[in-house]
Amino acid sequence: MRILVVEDDPVLLDGLSAGLGLAGFTVDAVATCEDAYAALKAQSYGTVVLDLMLPDGSGLDVLSFLRQRKNATPVVLLTARDQVQDRIAGLDAGADDYVGKPFDLDELAARVRAAARRGAGHASGILEWCGVALDPARQTASFEGKPLSLTRREFGVLRALMERPGATVPKAMLEDSLYGWQEEVESNAVEVHVHNLRSKLGAGFIKTVRGLGYRLAEEGS
Amino acid sequence: MRSIRTRLLTILIASTGLVWLLAVMWIYVSTQAEVERVLDARLTEAARMVNSLLAEQRIELALADDRESRPTEFQLQDPSYERQLSCQIWSLDGTLVGRSEHAPEDRLTDAGSGFSESVVDGETWRVYAIENPDLGVRVMVGDSLHVRDRLVGDVVKGLAIPAALILPFLAGVIWISVRRGMSPLNQMADSLSSRAASDLRPLPDDNLSKEIAPAIHALNGLFRRVEEAREREKIFTAFAAHELKTPLAGLKTQAQVALASQNGEVHENALRQIAAGVDRTSRLVRQLLDLAAVEGTDRAPHPAEGVPSDVVRRILADMPAAGERVGVEADDKAVARFDPVLLELALRNLIENALCHSEGKVVVRVRNARHNLEVVVEDEGFGIATDDLPRVFERFFRGRTQSQTGSGLGLAIAQEAIVRMGGTLTLRNRNPHGLAATISMPAQTAK
Repeated sequence: MRILVVEDDPVLLDGLSAGLGLAGFTVDAVATCEDAYAALKAQSYGTVVLDLMLPDGSGLDVLSFLRQRKNATPVVLLTARDQVQDRIAGLDAGADDYVGKPFDLDELAARVRAAARRGAGHASGILEWCGVALDPARQTASFEGKPLSLTRREFGVLRALMERPGATVPKAMLEDSLYGWQEEVESNAVEVHVHNLRSKLGAGFIKTVRGLGYRLAEEGS
Repeated sequence: MRSIRTRLLTILIASTGLVWLLAVMWIYVSTQAEVERVLDARLTEAARMVNSLLAEQRIELALADDRESRPTEFQLQDPSYERQLSCQIWSLDGTLVGRSEHAPEDRLTDAGSGFSESVVDGETWRVYAIENPDLGVRVMVGDSLHVRDRLVGDVVKGLAIPAALILPFLAGVIWISVRRGMSPLNQMADSLSSRAASDLRPLPDDNLSKEIAPAIHALNGLFRRVEEAREREKIFTAFAAHELKTPLAGLKTQAQVALASQNGEVHENALRQIAAGVDRTSRLVRQLLDLAAVEGTDRAPHPAEGVPSDVVRRILADMPAAGERVGVEADDKAVARFDPVLLELALRNLIENALCHSEGKVVVRVRNARHNLEVVVEDEGFGIATDDLPRVFERFFRGRTQSQTGSGLGLAIAQEAIVRMGGTLTLRNRNPHGLAATISMPAQTAK
């Protein structure tokens, strides 16, 4: 899942990029409101992690920018100002969660996953489809009860598909969720990952919709 | 506790009593003088009357030579004074020839004629005597001073007793008046004593009496200033919390990344970031402590004579990495009077600021005029956006050209330190780019 992190402290921003990257997210990192606006206009994100005190304004401005555009992307606020009235103000402004600094990286990752899950309308953290179960928190997968070994990218493609079961997911969207700004998108990378997944899960598990993208096989088929 | 009400009551009652007392004394003295005058006139009148009665032979006197005969007793006309007024008629050779009823038998006076006082039978008498050489007698009329004093005493008593009875009533009226007069003060005290510590709303200031209005206005002014100070403190605390917690969050996150990752490169980067984060945090803590020190009210400037460029060199000696980027232009022998601690604090922050915000050279110029010390720190950075200029001295304010290491405290500390020394700090964008920070302060030397 591709997320946007907005934080002006360089050490923390670097730590968040690395840490959330290790937790399985594709992270875009910006340090100012202005860069955040640009990123949000150019790209859609699974979740936004937003610091409140930014050098050129408040994170709440970015939040209201999103909500005014009817953009429902889940937002997790990140701030040192964690008094009750600050939390209330943040949540009422449209935030989905609130994490006070300093925080635990695993907890932040879990909250980001939870916010994304609720945003996508899932109740459970485990994604299941036709005998395949994905646990994004532990980044583990199983197929018919047996552990399934997947690379990080394969996991990402499968997760993106299983988050929208039955829907056709465009190839560009899959690429987006796998690669951040810093990374060069390898040509045919998605095809390679889909090919590998088919060899592990059976050829019929992922269907190619020509010219549009990919979708999962019908349940029960 | 001294009460204004008690004080007022004491003063009013004491002064009223004193006025009463003085009035009584004055009435006593003037009544006495008047009674004296009137009674003396009566004595003269009575003596003349007796004398003229003798001349007209209306009073038969005992013969002077008749030793056996008793002196004639006669009645004076005024019956109301019969007990007080006594009359004696003595022949010139010293025989009592007549006297009024109740008059003493001893001679009332030895004086020839006119007024005199004498003691007869242990009683003091005031006597008027007339000598009548034709009849060969001396007429003496006198009255007892004791009676006179009683008369004056009666008059004064008649005045003083009602006055004494009125005094408690007057005290009551004064007490009630003072109480009513003080009620605005009591109201103010009541409304203040029932207040919560956090309640800094102004006291109502309409319909105030002239005496209490200044106190209320002063109190409301104080409330306003306390409220402002508290608001500033709240903002400062929020910023300080953010500025301290954010680097801590960075350190913790990087540490967790280092623990979680098996990748050597990620590991190394995290550790490098932790080291940089600790440097930044320790600088921030130093600046917060500097700010607290420079704001501490008990830190009065201690000016001493010294060479300003020595301060610059001392600062640069602490920054070996940045030292070669900074040039100093100063007269090394110029002596000025300044507080070395405060100047170092201000200059260190200005130089650090210049180094943070520019890549190029930084020049520190020291100009030392007779009464004025001027230090300019010039850099080749981007300067400050014009609309940020009014806000750059605010704590934690970071301009748009933010640096990676700034906390937004440097300029605030520098300004506070310089203002403490009675100087000014001005910022000016340079042409074509860069910033010049100018310290200008009085620095009188003995020379």
